[in-house]
Amino acid sequence: MKFGVVIFPGSNCEHDCFYVVESVLGKPVEYIWHQGTSVKGFDAVILPGGFAYGDYLRTGALAKFSPVMNAIAEFSRKGGLVFGICNGFQILTEAGLLPGALLRNVGLKYVCKFEYLRTETADTPFTNLLTEGQLLRIPIGHGDGNYYADAETLKRIEDNGQVVFRYADAAGQITRDANPNGSLNNIAGVVNEKRNVLGMMPHPDRSSEEILGSADGKLIFESMVNALVTK
Amino acid sequence: MKATVIVTLKPTVLDPQGMTIHRSLASLGLTDVTDVRQGKIFHVQLKEGNRGQVERLAKEVLTNPVIEEYRIIWE
Repeated sequence: MKFGVVIFPGSNCEHDCFYVVESVLGKPVEYIWHQGTSVKGFDAVILPGGFAYGDYLRTGALAKFSPVMNAIAEFSRKGGLVFGICNGFQILTEAGLLPGALLRNVGLKYVCKFEYLRTETADTPFTNLLTEGQLLRIPIGHGDGNYYADAETLKRIEDNGQVVFRYADAAGQITRDANPNGSLNNIAGVVNEKRNVLGMMPHPDRSSEEILGSADGKLIFESMVNALVTK
Repeated sequence: MKATVIVTLKPTVLDPQGMTIHRSLASLGLTDVTDVRQGKIFHVQLKEGNRGQVERLAKEVLTNPVIEEYRIIWE
């Protein structure tokens, strides 16, 4: 089993992701430079947070033209696990590997704080160790995390159970006050139709050890390991 | 040859920046301005002839079709 962490010019969470896989999970992991044209030999690929290409034009817009994105698209078509965190999520929507788009936060501010996420489905390779309704405490840090999809797409992903995480309050209620950025239906993370590509704005890579304030994020990475072991 | 590409959010997409600009107008007394929508403008130069390349640039790079639309003005 081998994880890959993609580095784009402007990525800044690649060390966090690498560290979680190597030191917290104890699994093999390598960096993948964005100019690479193959992800052969990898079982799971993580697109980390940051500001790829300075977020110029739109967040994630220029990263999708990096050569590695063709390889990742092909990898995902073959069922490989692809996990985009924050800027990685934005890149996956721009590349068309995930539905919807991430708009500027409704409050226009960069928001950096812990959030409660309600797990909406355990039926993904990223949440198989969780239970539906389980609350995770995971921090966000973004200025463009306002999830948007047109009405038809939104209905489709809701009906298909593709919404994986929603912002909730401490009691697990999905409220307007618990929504930090204006995301439709409080959406914090979605999977593709095949369920092997996950994007989420919150940072499990910043919450995989108790010393960081929460180890809940680790459950997502451990679910990936579990999915790869039982595959 | 020059082209101007104007990219705007679709009418159905909320524009928090435009809304904030609009809200600030009241203090200037510009009460007749009923709405502001923010967009982007790109000035493009190209060799004579191949307008298709600007079309592709606008469609595939400058615009995210999920949230935005574009129009091109040729000079």
